[in-house]
Amino acid sequence: MNEFFETLRTIPVIRYALLAGIVASVTFGAVGTFVVTRRISYIAAAISHAMLGGIGAAVYYSRTYDIGWLTPTLGAIVAAILSALIIGWISLSGFEREDTIIGAIWAAGMASGLLFLHYSPGTAVYLESYIFGNILLTSFEDVIATLILGAVVVLTILFNYHKLVAVCFDPEFASLRGVHARAYYILLLVLTALAMVLVVRVAGIILSLALLILPAATVSRFVSRMWLIIVGAVLLSVAYNAGGLALSFQLDIPTGPFVVILACLGYGIAIGAKYLLKKIPRGQP
Amino acid sequence: MLVECHDLTFRYQGPAVLESVSFSVPEQGSSCIIGPNGGGKSTLLKLMLGLLEPESGSITIGGLSPAKARKSIGYVPQHINFDPLFPVSAFDIVLMGRLDRTRLGHFRPSCREVARKALAELGLEDHARRPFASLSGGQRQRVLIARALATSPKLLLLDEPTANVDLSVEAQFLETLANLQESITVLLVTHDLDLVARIGDSVICVNRRVHRHELPLDGETIRSIYSGSNRAEHDRATRRTQEKQHEHGHE
Repeated sequence: MNEFFETLRTIPVIRYALLAGIVASVTFGAVGTFVVTRRISYIAAAISHAMLGGIGAAVYYSRTYDIGWLTPTLGAIVAAILSALIIGWISLSGFEREDTIIGAIWAAGMASGLLFLHYSPGTAVYLESYIFGNILLTSFEDVIATLILGAVVVLTILFNYHKLVAVCFDPEFASLRGVHARAYYILLLVLTALAMVLVVRVAGIILSLALLILPAATVSRFVSRMWLIIVGAVLLSVAYNAGGLALSFQLDIPTGPFVVILACLGYGIAIGAKYLLKKIPRGQP
Repeated sequence: MLVECHDLTFRYQGPAVLESVSFSVPEQGSSCIIGPNGGGKSTLLKLMLGLLEPESGSITIGGLSPAKARKSIGYVPQHINFDPLFPVSAFDIVLMGRLDRTRLGHFRPSCREVARKALAELGLEDHARRPFASLSGGQRQRVLIARALATSPKLLLLDEPTANVDLSVEAQFLETLANLQESITVLLVTHDLDLVARIGDSVICVNRRVHRHELPLDGETIRSIYSGSNRAEHDRATRRTQEKQHEHGHE
């Protein structure tokens, strides 16, 4: 482990990866708790897959028309927010079955992304880093971007926490108290979209959902207060990201998948522990 | 008058659920809304809450449209569809009654105090930190009533509040209601004519049309309210009221 700390001190990329992972963990924990308790994991999954469409479009147009500011991250943000808005609008209006539109956006995002990347001029795009993530490609600018995006998400939740909880629990009553329940549901989906952009950087499109929901799902097995789940999920996310980075470096294995495996193990242990706690008879008072 | 309804007609699709309805409810005291299933009781509540718009006519609460008056209306649904795994305590739910009084998204200490008092009023102070899902049906109902009280309402609308509670809880609820109706107006939807006889100052009978009667009701009035509904429902209502009047006679 000393080798890891030495590398952390000397190689900036590892330092940036650790910083980005820790900063993003706060967002994962806060948003993940709402995603788990409101049961919208499947929407988060669709948003993460739709992001490939935005990434592909950004790569294609930036290379074809030489648009320097059109980065893959910007494309991902636009695609994520757009897909969140479409899913939210359709599910609230009842215009189409929600699961059908989620499936359509999921597939359309992946397909259009692959086509854009296929026809992008210049050198072939390293698709694997988008699909499975690569936190070791993190730059200082990425850390700053993660910090800004994370701050926007966390502050929005902080100042709307009680209204978001009320809308998730009983939207009709929240409406009667003057809260625009539909707007807050859409806001929750947009926050989920922004969080997914950060998660995808660490774990990639396919594995990102696990990193968003598993820390919150693990803590919620033992805690029944929303804010406690958020705190626990943030701490667990930091532990998974920092610990996963250190261990994967030590064991020389890919970081993203390893972090996800840690999260899955933690969740599996939590389910097992909860099951055993239920089975053990409690002592008589 | 707190509630004034003038020549109101409402229909979802097809025949009118409420037709040319006019009535008024004075400030303070309590009125019960009764009528057969499908008679339009819940629709009338939703119109008062501004969740539905009338086809014609008007309804005002304290001179304001229902949408504008919402903040001064406390509402207790008969039951809510909730996720049993949702991590929320009884106190959290009662605090939701103060959602329109947050500052920078957070509840002031005074809001917490109001919520604590509302819980105490319903005898739930010892259950404040318990998860909502772990409470019994009756306790949940009382939490929802406490949430409505935490809104500091001028008008309290209750949809069958005693449908899921046992007799001891009902007695406690009636005591709470007796205290409340000195300061606010209570409108209560119920099928239980015993309850009507015990707490109502007047009764609003809803069966497409609306009639307001002072209590107590006689058998003829009950027959007219339930005309068109099933025979068993009508007989039950009549029997309950006659028994109630008999008991009152002995007292």
